[in-house]
Amino acid sequence: MKNPDFHHALKILRDVCTGCTHCMNICPTEAIRVRNGKAELIGNRCVDCGFCFRVCPVNAIIVEQDDFNRIFEYKIRVALVPAVFAGQFPDNISSRQIHSELMELGFTHIYEVEQGVEVLHEAISEYAARKSEIKPLISSFCPAIVRLIQVKFPALVDNILPLKPPLDISALYVTRQLIDEGYDGDDLGIFYVTPCAAKIAAVKSPVGERQSPITGVINMDFLFNKVYRRIKQGNGDSCKLPEVRSLTARSVLWSLTNGESTHAKGRSLAVDEIHNVISFLEQLENEEIRDIDFLELRACDESCAGGVLTTSNRFFTVERLKKRASKSAGEDDNTKPVEKGIIHYKNRLKQEISIEPVQPRSMLKLDEDMSEAMRKMKRVQEIGKCLPDVDCGACGSPGCQSFAEDIVQGYSNLNQCVFVQRIFEKKGILSAEESLAIMKEVWGDDKLDKNC
Amino acid sequence: MKFEYDIEGGNFSRAGFASSEVKKKLRQLNVDIQIVRRIVVALYEAEVNVVAHAWYGKMTVDIDEEKILLILDDEGPGIEDIDLAMKEGFSTASPEVREMGFGAGMGLPNIKKNVDTLKITSEPGKGTRVEMITYMKGGKNEKS
Repeated sequence: MKNPDFHHALKILRDVCTGCTHCMNICPTEAIRVRNGKAELIGNRCVDCGFCFRVCPVNAIIVEQDDFNRIFEYKIRVALVPAVFAGQFPDNISSRQIHSELMELGFTHIYEVEQGVEVLHEAISEYAARKSEIKPLISSFCPAIVRLIQVKFPALVDNILPLKPPLDISALYVTRQLIDEGYDGDDLGIFYVTPCAAKIAAVKSPVGERQSPITGVINMDFLFNKVYRRIKQGNGDSCKLPEVRSLTARSVLWSLTNGESTHAKGRSLAVDEIHNVISFLEQLENEEIRDIDFLELRACDESCAGGVLTTSNRFFTVERLKKRASKSAGEDDNTKPVEKGIIHYKNRLKQEISIEPVQPRSMLKLDEDMSEAMRKMKRVQEIGKCLPDVDCGACGSPGCQSFAEDIVQGYSNLNQCVFVQRIFEKKGILSAEESLAIMKEVWGDDKLDKNC
Repeated sequence: MKFEYDIEGGNFSRAGFASSEVKKKLRQLNVDIQIVRRIVVALYEAEVNVVAHAWYGKMTVDIDEEKILLILDDEGPGIEDIDLAMKEGFSTASPEVREMGFGAGMGLPNIKKNVDTLKITSEPGKGTRVEMITYMKGGKNEKS
């Protein structure tokens, strides 16, 4: 395969993994197999949605982040914080208090990710008016969805809006603004506080951009724990409060479900949770679904409020953000210093807002060569006839169909199926000892050396 | 390679299932993504026609390296006047069917647009046979 390696933030700790198959069974792109008793990730298929991380019962899957102390390599240490971060905390803790604690932890500047929203919103409207023939336009907001379309729905890549998400726009703005204030660009470290694994992958190996404007990524749960502990211990009393920055109601709600679709022109729709998105895109690709102008698709249930690195109950996070938005809606937008600040940079930012067209990288083909692919497909069909269709996962593949494909691709063997083993034993092709040895290869010794 | 799928007349909740299965196969065979897209659009239209009008139908897909042959055979009321059915906007669908988003009357012309050849034969009172061919190379896909 000529695909370059993709950075994945999700890592499986082999020492901790028990090979329980929970991750393999939930993975929406069938990117996990069990070998030697441990889960393994297939890099080209993984879209970093993080569902495996969510279901792992022993915390063997981690989201790899940058070392927090890396921030101190920079003189100017910017925390780029999404609105859902403040939404993690109980109601009685103000965002000023949270931001003050971030300063105490070592950041010199705090910016909210969503300040790029108004610039983006304008750019989306202009793009949609210019490209009215593309229906529907699919938001590029959620990086797991962009990757999902690349690998699973290659015919839809041209529908993805070729515009940067608010995070990148804000990062560019912050960089420009601080440089204009007289800081040296080399002294700037911009650190994004992420609610999910997909955003990390997007920063480390961006789609449609050569390099991300973000220096490093810090996991939201890690920072939440640090900040909340400080607040709980009452260290925050003497905090010097940074400048109050406020956002428009639209910006506050942008990362939640319906945050974008509400403001799109024409007929628009929001779909959240990756399995829902897959069945929706399936129908869209068949043109069973038509006449939609704009689609907001998010990998997580309740969008970023349900990100895999969030701590708080996602429904409460949504409630808090909605409260904040309704407060913001009652104010005059002209008094919002942040929105006013970024407006000065609007024209410059809009020149940089485009990304290159997203390329398909289909993972579905059995072979590049069609006649070879046909030969393999026939093999898959033949093997399928021998399999029990119970999708038990005991072979180390997520189901009988993918097991048959794995065999044809040379990643697996027919005698790894426990049902086929029984058939072979009955026919005298395989002995019970041989079956046991095969199962040890898939599951390791521990699971089969038990005294029952 | 040949694949066959049954289509149940009158069951709209299953409409599209066979088309999606064919889509998966074509992708696995590394058929050009634009060809896959067009075939699936045509197949879905044809599948929904069977669901909407016939009692029972069968979809047969025959793929070789040059072309994809798609046949939908149904047992149903048949089409009285095929030329009329081919006209854009002509529809026999009931208001209930239209309310579900089906039966806008562009089925057959839309199929024709998305495949290289389309042949419809029908015997009123017995059934309809829709045959479609799309070529891997040199078809409409390359001209457009």
